[in-house]
Amino acid sequence: MEILNIKELSYSYQENFKVLENINLNIQDNDFLAIIGPNGGGKSTLLKLILGLLKPQNGVISKNIKNELIGYVPQNTNLNLDFPITALEVVLMGHIGGAKKLFGYSKEDTTCAMQSLQKVGMQDFANRKIGDLSGGQRQRVFIARALCSNPKAMLLDEPTASIDVKGQKEVYELLKELNKSICIVVVSHDISVLLNYANNVAHVNKNLVYHNLESIQKDIHTVDDHLCEVELLKALGKTQVCCDHKH
Amino acid sequence: MLEILEYDFIQNALLAGVLISIAAGIIGSLVVVNKITFLTGGIAHSSYGGIGIAIYLGLPVLFGATVFAIITAVIIAILTLNNRTRVDAIIGMMWAFGMAIGIVFVDLTPGYNVDLMSYLFGSIIAVSSEDIMYMTFLDIFIISIVVYFYKEILTVSYDSQFARLRGINVKFFYTLILILSALCVVAAIKAVGLILVIALLTIPTYLAETFANKLSSMMILSSLLATIFTILGLVISYTYDISSGASIIIVAVVILTLIKLVKRK
Repeated sequence: MEILNIKELSYSYQENFKVLENINLNIQDNDFLAIIGPNGGGKSTLLKLILGLLKPQNGVISKNIKNELIGYVPQNTNLNLDFPITALEVVLMGHIGGAKKLFGYSKEDTTCAMQSLQKVGMQDFANRKIGDLSGGQRQRVFIARALCSNPKAMLLDEPTASIDVKGQKEVYELLKELNKSICIVVVSHDISVLLNYANNVAHVNKNLVYHNLESIQKDIHTVDDHLCEVELLKALGKTQVCCDHKH
Repeated sequence: MLEILEYDFIQNALLAGVLISIAAGIIGSLVVVNKITFLTGGIAHSSYGGIGIAIYLGLPVLFGATVFAIITAVIIAILTLNNRTRVDAIIGMMWAFGMAIGIVFVDLTPGYNVDLMSYLFGSIIAVSSEDIMYMTFLDIFIISIVVYFYKEILTVSYDSQFARLRGINVKFFYTLILILSALCVVAAIKAVGLILVIALLTIPTYLAETFANKLSSMMILSSLLATIFTILGLVISYTYDISSGASIIIVAVVILTLIKLVKRK
């Protein structure tokens, strides 16, 4: 099922300077889509447009699911580390906007939040201060928060920036698992890791180029789960590689 | 020592100290986690303009300061929400401008004389029953708002973008936090004076932060610590006949330093 369709979308922050131009994109409910591209290429702008934080100037974004069913994991979860808040409370934020209770959190909300924490393997850290967790653990807590509203799709902005390799792998394994039931869209720089998990990739640099990865992945061999970026570029169609390359 | 409790003014001072500490603990926590200490400082100082105008017009001082502080809070909220550049410079300007207005109006008041120092450095010994009423009402108001909107305030303070995505009116809650700070600052002026208000809002909170892993427990702990500082400060101020505001702050800083030193080991 198609859950999102973008047609001829353009966006500019200043006049005569388009950040995104003529974007066409289709997202299916079982997609694991990677959005890659250089800094300033418009990746985050595209994500904000999909989330509805920005309004499209030209073109149409049609969603087949409600905004509440799109989970969002922000780029920088390392902000506000001194903030006195527990992992459980962060996840409970996912319930906000629902039925209001006069005082504190309802039992159903807490149970649901604990289940979300369990899904990401963080149930034992529920009452730990968020700033005391490692980067990867914190990222999983934020994924749990997005899971709280039973989303059909989850959008993650640079989920593995500032996480060590082990943490990155854990996050991607988790996303792969979640992808069995929901659509995952990841904006990222670490192409090499990401492309082992994604099945489609959209390269955004003002324009958008879409690739289906399944056919490409067969042609590339991986060493220790690490995909060679040079071979990847080759496979994606850039046959001219400027230097000799041996493994 | 205990015989001092028999005096009415001491009872009033202690009661006012406790009431102010409760408000300062809750609002101080919000101010610190939202990193708006400078904004609150601006509101505190410019509220002196309201005090001057109230004295000139013969209105109740608390009323003048409240109205003026709320107006300042709303202006600052609008400025910061629109992400204007150099907001800090504008706040610095309002900070000084409010005080200048206050001084001019006090100068213009015929036959003056109000004790300026008592507004700058506080005179908790001189609180009236009306002040106590105002503080009680303020505490009830702040606690009701914070308890009822706890989740929203927590979400807006921790992750405003997520709050926006979830349809929470971030601007409303941000403005609400600033207005609550304005009200708290005005009430605290009586006890510690507007120069020292910020210390009462931040020191107990800063200390509470090392022990609390929830915003709610930070608020409760800050209120308790503020109460301890205020009462100890009052006792010292009475014993050695020194200014109450200054002794409250010195007690707070000394205890903070000691605890931080012990905690480091």
